[in-house]
Amino acid sequence: MASSLIEKYMRMDKLPHIWCPGCGHGIVMRAVVKAIDELELNREKICIVSGIGCSSRAPGYMNFNTLHTTHGRALAFATGIKHANPELEVIVLTGDGDCTAIGGNHLIHAARRNMGITTVVFNNNIYGMTGGQYSPTTPTGDKGTTAPYGNIDKVFDICSLAQAAGATYTGRATVYHAQLLIRLIKDGIKNKGFSLIDAISVCPTYYGRKNKKGDSVRIMEWLKDNAVNVAAASKLPPEKLAGKFLIGELYNNPQPEYTEEYKKIVESFQRG
Amino acid sequence: MAVKQKGLVIKPDWCKGCGICVAFCPKDVLKMENNKVTIANGDACNGCGLCELRCPDFAIYLEEDEKDE
Repeated sequence: MASSLIEKYMRMDKLPHIWCPGCGHGIVMRAVVKAIDELELNREKICIVSGIGCSSRAPGYMNFNTLHTTHGRALAFATGIKHANPELEVIVLTGDGDCTAIGGNHLIHAARRNMGITTVVFNNNIYGMTGGQYSPTTPTGDKGTTAPYGNIDKVFDICSLAQAAGATYTGRATVYHAQLLIRLIKDGIKNKGFSLIDAISVCPTYYGRKNKKGDSVRIMEWLKDNAVNVAAASKLPPEKLAGKFLIGELYNNPQPEYTEEYKKIVESFQRG
Repeated sequence: MAVKQKGLVIKPDWCKGCGICVAFCPKDVLKMENNKVTIANGDACNGCGLCELRCPDFAIYLEEDEKDE
């Protein structure tokens, strides 16, 4: 037996999952099903879509309508699913590499169109599955298999990127702040348009080890000490925010959803 | 076999020994033994559920009270 939440929403014959000891992805996956449970959504009306990477193994464990697609293309498949059946609650589970590197173009256009999709990015700052290559969210100066002397690239702020492209809801939480993560996923699902939740996960096996950041507990303590809630940040002087990152609801500005606008066009011809 | 005390249930075969639940338990209820979590001081548990919230492997949870239907 496992908890009633896990028994209810997971494919029990696929558990335990194969993520590494201390990998944060299980915490994010649980947060997604907890959010679905609290919203009391009809699971038959949910479709969970992923791309490729450690993150994208998640739908294999989740007992919903699920689709495991090609690298970076989860949002392209999800766009098609939403168009074919706008009644579905489409949830994309992706990683920092899948979503912002190979899938970056799909991300900006799904956001631009305000597609009715909730995207949860399992952001562990590295490509875990393929052996620790640096990703667009590996902090500048940090190491990866492909950046043995330190990464000279600047990092993507995924929430700012999505917002600039047209997302109507963005938020960030970490696996330490899992309660907040559940709330943001719920609010992201409630938003009719494109929502993006940047879920900061931990990768002790590659990111932690290559950067001598310690085990999951130490990395989560770092997340606890360096995350500042956006509500508190507005009251802090800039020097207190140096080196910190923001968590909480970062943007919430509902706009007409794409498939609803599309339906209006179709209906305008059917009236004639 | 599941280990139970005060509604707290541990599923040792799913525990990978990361120690997250032990480190962030506000009441020091848990400890690691042979790379698995175990209950060191069950009486101190206040049922906050932070261990369940942050366990990446769903290996520890609070049993829900039986509700009268």
